[in-house]
Amino acid sequence: MAESPFKADIERVEKELTEKMTPGAIAYIPGSSVINKTGSWRVFKPEFNKDKCIRCFLCYTYCPEPAIYLDEENYPVFDYDYCKGCGICANECPTKAITMVREVK
Amino acid sequence: MAVRKPPITTREYWAPGHAACAGCGCAIIMRLATKAFSEAMEEKYGDPDAFAIAHATGCMEVVSAVFPYTAWKAPWIHVAFENAAAVASGVEAAWKKLGYKGKILAFGGDGGTADIGLQALSGMLERRHNVVYIMYDNEAYMNTGIQRSSSTPYGAWTTTSPPGKYSIGEDKPKKWVALIAAAHQIPYVATASIADPYDLYRKVKKAAKIDGPAFLQIHGPCVPGWRIPPEKTVEVAKLAIETGVWPLFEIENGDIRNIKFQRFPKDGKFKKPIEEYLKLQGRFKHLFKRPEAIQELKEQIKAMWKVLGKEVELP
Repeated sequence: MAESPFKADIERVEKELTEKMTPGAIAYIPGSSVINKTGSWRVFKPEFNKDKCIRCFLCYTYCPEPAIYLDEENYPVFDYDYCKGCGICANECPTKAITMVREVK
Repeated sequence: MAVRKPPITTREYWAPGHAACAGCGCAIIMRLATKAFSEAMEEKYGDPDAFAIAHATGCMEVVSAVFPYTAWKAPWIHVAFENAAAVASGVEAAWKKLGYKGKILAFGGDGGTADIGLQALSGMLERRHNVVYIMYDNEAYMNTGIQRSSSTPYGAWTTTSPPGKYSIGEDKPKKWVALIAAAHQIPYVATASIADPYDLYRKVKKAAKIDGPAFLQIHGPCVPGWRIPPEKTVEVAKLAIETGVWPLFEIENGDIRNIKFQRFPKDGKFKKPIEEYLKLQGRFKHLFKRPEAIQELKEQIKAMWKVLGKEVELP
């Protein structure tokens, strides 16, 4: 499984935030919002069945976060640190390879 | 087996962790538009990062730039509600003077474009600045709590157009800023929708490659404002196209007689009734007690298509 592309971002942002102080009204670290783990908002969690996936990339295209990235074989991988559980991917999946199940914490 | 390639670039300029609601339609626009823009810049200038963004106040500005964090991975400037187009013009002029290669992208919501920023937009288009202006249209002022804008459709509930005994909700027809932009005879005007993401992608890419101003009006459903469940965002946008509520078209060089339509039925007859689009949304719930209001909405949609030069039939 490919590693989330946002992992490296988190390390970079954390390092830069400790090194420099943010001046007023300027957020100078690109993509620093990766620190906010919005996955805690989730009520329903997408579960992915790789056997049914036809790699149409619709879930990847529609994800508003983006909490879906692609692995080496271009299958979608869900980043549960950021997925807010909206369910667009499950609703739009043409083969129903994604199902929404209730989150258990 | 060969590995299938995704039809859109895997570079991200819209980082996760922003504060948009789950299922936000406009967040999809931000993500796809910046991706398409970077692909166009790579093909045109050989540098995918050769762009900067000017962003009017609005939903997507509020959720993406919660100080001290930002969701943007491109140079991004937040400006007041009314002057995204003016600031984009200024940045473009400065880039020209400094000899930078690239193009400016401006974002504005429907309030920041159709109401407050209209004169700045008109000035930018008239001066022919090399800017792509994208209006993400969620049909009300969503970030301040769902007040009506001039882009709110007829009959919709908002907090400032509440339906009741003497009111049917919003009582004026929707303003089509794309047609106002087309009247400036600029190189490219289009409407798009998240319902057809690859069409959206193609149009943003085309707009980015053109020299001169371009304007896009993109439909982006809003989960709390339209009273829809978060997973139905794209479904609602699809129904808007299938029922004829949202036209997809392109106008090049202000040639309003030769509008190119996408996803338009050949005989002008839409298969799905507009009620299917309305019944999914809580903001139109009260219309089902008032059939005459739905009839009026249909008449307005027919009139809108007539302006575009099409006679349509709505079931």
